[in-house]
Amino acid sequence: MITIESLTKRYGSYLAVDDVTFTARTGRITGFLGPNGAGKSTTMRVMVGLTRPSSGSALIDGQLFADLPNPGLDVGVLLDASAQHAGRTGREVLTIAQRTMGLPRGRVDEMLSLVGLSVEESERRVRDYSLGMRQRLGIAAALIGDPRVLILDEPANGLDPAGIRWMRDMLRGYADRGGTVLLSSHLLHEIEVVADDIVVIGNGRIVASGTKEELLAAAGTLVRARDLDALSAALSAAGVSNTSTGDALRTDATPDVVGDVALRAGVALTELRAADGAGLEEMFLELTAASQRDPKGMAA
Amino acid sequence: MSASTLERPATTSAHPAREGISTSRLIGVELQKMFDTRAGFWLIAGVAVLSTIATAATMVFGDRSSLQYGDFAQAVGIPTTVILPVLGALSVSSEWSQRTALSTFTMVPSRSRIVAAKFAAVVAVGLGSLVVALGAGALGNIVNGSIAGVTPVWDIDFTTLMQIVLADEIGMLMAFMFGALLRNSPAAIVSYFVYALVLPGVSSALADAQQWWADHAAWFDLRTATIPLYDDHMSSHDWAQLGVTTLIWLVIPLAIGVRLTLRSEVK
Repeated sequence: MITIESLTKRYGSYLAVDDVTFTARTGRITGFLGPNGAGKSTTMRVMVGLTRPSSGSALIDGQLFADLPNPGLDVGVLLDASAQHAGRTGREVLTIAQRTMGLPRGRVDEMLSLVGLSVEESERRVRDYSLGMRQRLGIAAALIGDPRVLILDEPANGLDPAGIRWMRDMLRGYADRGGTVLLSSHLLHEIEVVADDIVVIGNGRIVASGTKEELLAAAGTLVRARDLDALSAALSAAGVSNTSTGDALRTDATPDVVGDVALRAGVALTELRAADGAGLEEMFLELTAASQRDPKGMAA
Repeated sequence: MSASTLERPATTSAHPAREGISTSRLIGVELQKMFDTRAGFWLIAGVAVLSTIATAATMVFGDRSSLQYGDFAQAVGIPTTVILPVLGALSVSSEWSQRTALSTFTMVPSRSRIVAAKFAAVVAVGLGSLVVALGAGALGNIVNGSIAGVTPVWDIDFTTLMQIVLADEIGMLMAFMFGALLRNSPAAIVSYFVYALVLPGVSSALADAQQWWADHAAWFDLRTATIPLYDDHMSSHDWAQLGVTTLIWLVIPLAIGVRLTLRSEVK
């Protein structure tokens, strides 16, 4: 389990991570979703002790990462697949990890076959690897110590569709066996298909978190009417906040509440449905847009 | 997916009594990292080839009947003292330039242990290469003796040998210092070569022009202060000069470099 509590990281006057609190639970895949520069990587670097937080804490099963005697055996980490020595072969990269963690030599070949790198590919220098191959190598290095927690920053970057599918199945199996997975992405779809829990971050702050089902349910209601202004006014008068999305209104209220309000106001509806069809995408765009721009600009 | 897998106790330390990572293992890994890159391989190969060439050239171009071990030792010393320190610089700087610090410090969060292991590995490589280089020189001396039909002369005693070792280790550690201080491979290598190849020329030009510099340079110029190490036994005056210049040019910058290495953020 990973526990992040009131984590704040300040660089001068710039607040990279602002009072972030969330938990990545055991046996579940937690998706850490946010646009580029939202603070995902900084949060992850604090988790693994590379960056000192300004305040707050990040604990792995109740322990500071830096206090783990041999961290690779407890926590598999992939922060940046490109951060490997270009002049080493993939096999050498894994051998360094295997030797540092004190593992048997055979682990290197086991990991290579697990992530689908051939013997011939493993003897090529990382310079000549595609980004997808580097990701596979990075995942192999993260898994080599057979850890019970995985922290992966944008692991799907550069993977082809088959690779993404492979990684999704691998992480699913890993979590089902009782592992904890935290993976970040700036792409909603990647998170939506694999995660059990989702934490959304924007501008260094957590803007939403919960199980995938909760977040999908929170997507609310989409309603259309010929006279949108009248409907919006009626909803506001009834205390139901709503947002215009162009030719429709969105609200957190359920469809039957919206229907009641419309009936009493005498506004004819052209469409009324739960907004889950839009999925998390709309929520993600909305949340991140709201945290990136002046919130007043979003109000209808 | 059973409920039991999802409802594990919140905090499980599955391995409460893990063994830590031993220092000897860390030094072993750091040694491997110095040689397993393309740059590392060619640097070592370069030292071996140049030592052989230097030994052969000493025999071919020297006056074979009067050659002594000191001549060979000096000849093979050049590749080891000039090329090998680059490895020392790279051992630290490449972690930043190649961004491997990210995984190194994730596997071993204690940066001071990594820096100490690198330091030990660099010193060990310096010693090992000297054994090889001086061995090549010794072989050259023996071969030369049999070709020229003279008894090989071993004109370097143990004390001088140890002084040569010290001088070469100072060179290795200067490069290591530049690596830690700059944490950028090209900058560290260029700085090392300026120190090793350019500054001696500047210093001797100054010494030619100014008597004061000629008399006092060994107090400020580390290269000048190390020259007596290669010759005779050091006087206490020589040691004092070496101590002062080493403190100024090696110990203090190294302390700053190590501090920066321990604290700087890994991106």
